[in-house]
Amino acid sequence: MADIDLATPEQLLAGVEIHGVTRGSFIMKGALAASAAYGATAAAPFVSQALAQSGSGDVEILNFALTLEYLEAAFYKKAQSLSLSGEAKKAATKFGDQEQQHVETLKGTIKKLGGKPAAVPGVSFPINGQKSFLKLAQVFEDTGVSAYNGAAPMIKSTEVLAAAGSIVQIEARHAAAIRLLLDMSPAPNAFDKTMTKDEVLKAVKPFIK
Amino acid sequence: MTHPRLEDAEAPQRSAVEELAIDDSSRKKFLKMTGSGAAASLALLIAACGSSKKSSSSSSQSSAPPPSSSNSGSSSKSGGDIDIVNYALTLEYLEAGFYEKVIASGLFKGKSLSTIKVFGEDEAKHVEALKGTAKQLGGKPAAKPKAKFPLKSASSVLKLAQTVEDLGASAYLGQAGKIKSKEVLAAALSIHTVEARHAATLNMLLGKSVTPDGAFAKPADMSTVLAAVKPFIVS
Repeated sequence: MADIDLATPEQLLAGVEIHGVTRGSFIMKGALAASAAYGATAAAPFVSQALAQSGSGDVEILNFALTLEYLEAAFYKKAQSLSLSGEAKKAATKFGDQEQQHVETLKGTIKKLGGKPAAVPGVSFPINGQKSFLKLAQVFEDTGVSAYNGAAPMIKSTEVLAAAGSIVQIEARHAAAIRLLLDMSPAPNAFDKTMTKDEVLKAVKPFIK
Repeated sequence: MTHPRLEDAEAPQRSAVEELAIDDSSRKKFLKMTGSGAAASLALLIAACGSSKKSSSSSSQSSAPPPSSSNSGSSSKSGGDIDIVNYALTLEYLEAGFYEKVIASGLFKGKSLSTIKVFGEDEAKHVEALKGTAKQLGGKPAAKPKAKFPLKSASSVLKLAQTVEDLGASAYLGQAGKIKSKEVLAAALSIHTVEARHAATLNMLLGKSVTPDGAFAKPADMSTVLAAVKPFIVS
């Protein structure tokens, strides 16, 4: 079917922009080697994005994640007040509960590391029904996946990395489920994208008061 | 035969338009990243099924890299990552091979078939990326294992796919903390979440919870994963 055809290598490469690290870096060579073999690639972007964030301490990364989880938890809470039905209603309740668990875990982890958990942000979400809820949920969940994947390589503690990994997998599962409810591809790319902290903050800024 | 529930499922589409619709301009740049290595669960398999018929117990989990000396002539640092990458590669070979056979079986059609095709393509890309990564690390990519899968009915195949994808996601998660190279870790993570998306989709199609582990996904170590996939490896 035409609709599941992948973009051509040229299209893929055209969309790639490398910044943050030199092309000579190791991963890039690996990515390029892989792309040469496969014909389509750019592992480079997610790697450069991840590396660009080096220097962030674990507490800083955790607080970044905590802020996102606060937003997601508040978002689902707001959604629960709407008139939802079926799978969307179940998702609002279940996913919301899971995001809240992520919030609690991240707060505990930050304290354990001697840090101070970020404050709960004031929020505002433009949702008023099932469709607007699902659409924004998809943005939050996909952004969450990209945010964790972008920051995780910079995490120093193996324990913190393990926690982040177990959370990002849940974000990905949420994202896929919400996408299915929206009739969208649950896995739009063979390799999930990453986003830098700045990109993530810019994406969620409209919802922070 | 058709499975009503599947036929009703949404057709996943990988359209660039869709991507652009939800992405702001800054994200567009990062579309379609393909990677070089990832990896978490297959290296052991490789070690297990590639070299000889070791029992799964011989690959004592985790800490120690599998004794696949043939895989690396490089430093111990990349040696560990090479083993992990090859372990992941073996798992991806199995997944890609599985979807190929499912597609050829004729058990699915319509939207469910297109979903399966997309997932199969994803796994094939993971295979290529991991092969490239293994080489980049100075290692030798694991050989493609011969596999066989029970393909009796659409529903049983779907359940097997769900089991395999959930296992794959937990396998990657189980290796994340063991990967030394940040670059390899980044690639592994980008594959990990795609396995999770596949798993969630299959769980949903089966009417199961998309988050079987609850709010925190559980990792699986190599020996557990290898034991689980062993029945499907012929040689």
